[in-house]
Amino acid sequence: MDLAMNSGFSHEWAAIWVNLILILAVLFAFSAMLSWIERRLLGLWQDRCGPNRVGPFGVLQIVADSIKLLTKEDWIPPFADRAVFVLAPAIVAVTTLLAFAVVPIAPGLGVVDLNIGLLFFLAMSSLGVYSIVLGGWASNNKYSLLGGFRAAAQMLSYEVFMGLALMGVVMLAGSFNLRDIVAAQENLWFCIPQILGLATFAVAGIAEARRLPFDLPESENELVAGFHTEYSSMKFGLFFIGEYVGITLISAMIVTLFFGGWLGPLLPPLVWFLLKTLIVIVCFVLLRAALPRPRYDQLMTYGWKVMLPVTLVNLLITGAVVLSAA
Amino acid sequence: MWNSLKTMWIVFLHMFHRRATIQYPDEKPNIPPRWRGRIILSRDPDGEERCVACYLCAAACPVDCIALQATEDEHERRYPEFFRINFSRCIFCGYCEEACPTDAIQLTPDFEMGEYNRKNLVYEKEDLLIDGTGKYPGYNFYRVAGVTIGGKNKGEAENEASPVDPHSLLP
Repeated sequence: MDLAMNSGFSHEWAAIWVNLILILAVLFAFSAMLSWIERRLLGLWQDRCGPNRVGPFGVLQIVADSIKLLTKEDWIPPFADRAVFVLAPAIVAVTTLLAFAVVPIAPGLGVVDLNIGLLFFLAMSSLGVYSIVLGGWASNNKYSLLGGFRAAAQMLSYEVFMGLALMGVVMLAGSFNLRDIVAAQENLWFCIPQILGLATFAVAGIAEARRLPFDLPESENELVAGFHTEYSSMKFGLFFIGEYVGITLISAMIVTLFFGGWLGPLLPPLVWFLLKTLIVIVCFVLLRAALPRPRYDQLMTYGWKVMLPVTLVNLLITGAVVLSAA
Repeated sequence: MWNSLKTMWIVFLHMFHRRATIQYPDEKPNIPPRWRGRIILSRDPDGEERCVACYLCAAACPVDCIALQATEDEHERRYPEFFRINFSRCIFCGYCEEACPTDAIQLTPDFEMGEYNRKNLVYEKEDLLIDGTGKYPGYNFYRVAGVTIGGKNKGEAENEASPVDPHSLLP
């Protein structure tokens, strides 16, 4: 503490830095482990074993994968737009990590306590699309470009009702602050009064994280690998990390907004939060294992003609209930 | 929507199914005897080489991975002077086995032939030749064929009648 005082840092600043670095380290480690968890789960549901060779139960698979990624040639195609090509993967990692800053993990644990936390999260997840679009554009490859186009259209459509789906929660909690929203669920988790909001937000969240069944920007079997076709080595690794942090982020947000965040009996708040997040992630993996990818026009139709009206109806009902109660 | 949920439930239930995976190096797969794997050269029941160096296997080979040179021993019995199979080329099609008139060349259920050095995949005759008869235990080409070798004249093979003596037909 003396050292911190001498170097001009107050005690609170030191605490914030420790908090931040700890959360970052845990988040990275968890997102890395997520690739192993996902592959094991997919194996489990496809009557296979999944990676089980490296280390006990294959948990060190990600170490082997990282070594492979780091030792691969870092190739920028000669026809690519160099500056943008390098910038694009950084954006997705930065925006998802920044969005994670507002997630209230447990009382006193979390990077920042913004009073517009929810809006910040929505803004960051909207910025994430730039990474995909610019990556697809800078690659100067028709498949990447198609992937980028799809990403732009998909994210734009699904962002509309992603925000609207959360307005019901905001009405009930009366705040954009995520800690207030968690605190407002003390008596009843919002997954019950906001069941429609939960359904639409989960769908939009999967689309935002570009996960199967909504991975149209990537769709291996039509677009090779979509927007990251030309990426290799750690630039691809950043997209990869961005995707897994994105899944963790969406799951954490679903838990925070609809399943009472850290609230729960007996166990400590942190354990409750991690447990709930993990369960939501497992559900996402199950979705991936079970559902096929929709056609592009079906995706659009689904977004605009089904999900948007449902969120609007949800908004109307919630508004009416809140007004009549007041 | 209902269909999707049902699909998810069915996929979830697969968690409790048996794994289809065979954990290979720990657990060996059951390989059928007709599997086309590592090629061997067999011997006849007398312990002699079955191969008569007829080149039919080399001619049948679609990738030209078999090389051999015919020669004869002091009993006029043909055998390969060298017999070389380049397994880095071999596609394990089994045409050599089909072409072989003496059942000498055979494919076996062994497939674990990994090497760090490509040159080690070129097998010479001493690598290929086995001590036994392989898949055809009783077969001995020179015992049933009408060809003359030292110690066996025409008409002395199994189920072979003595050749007709044209001089006996003379009046």
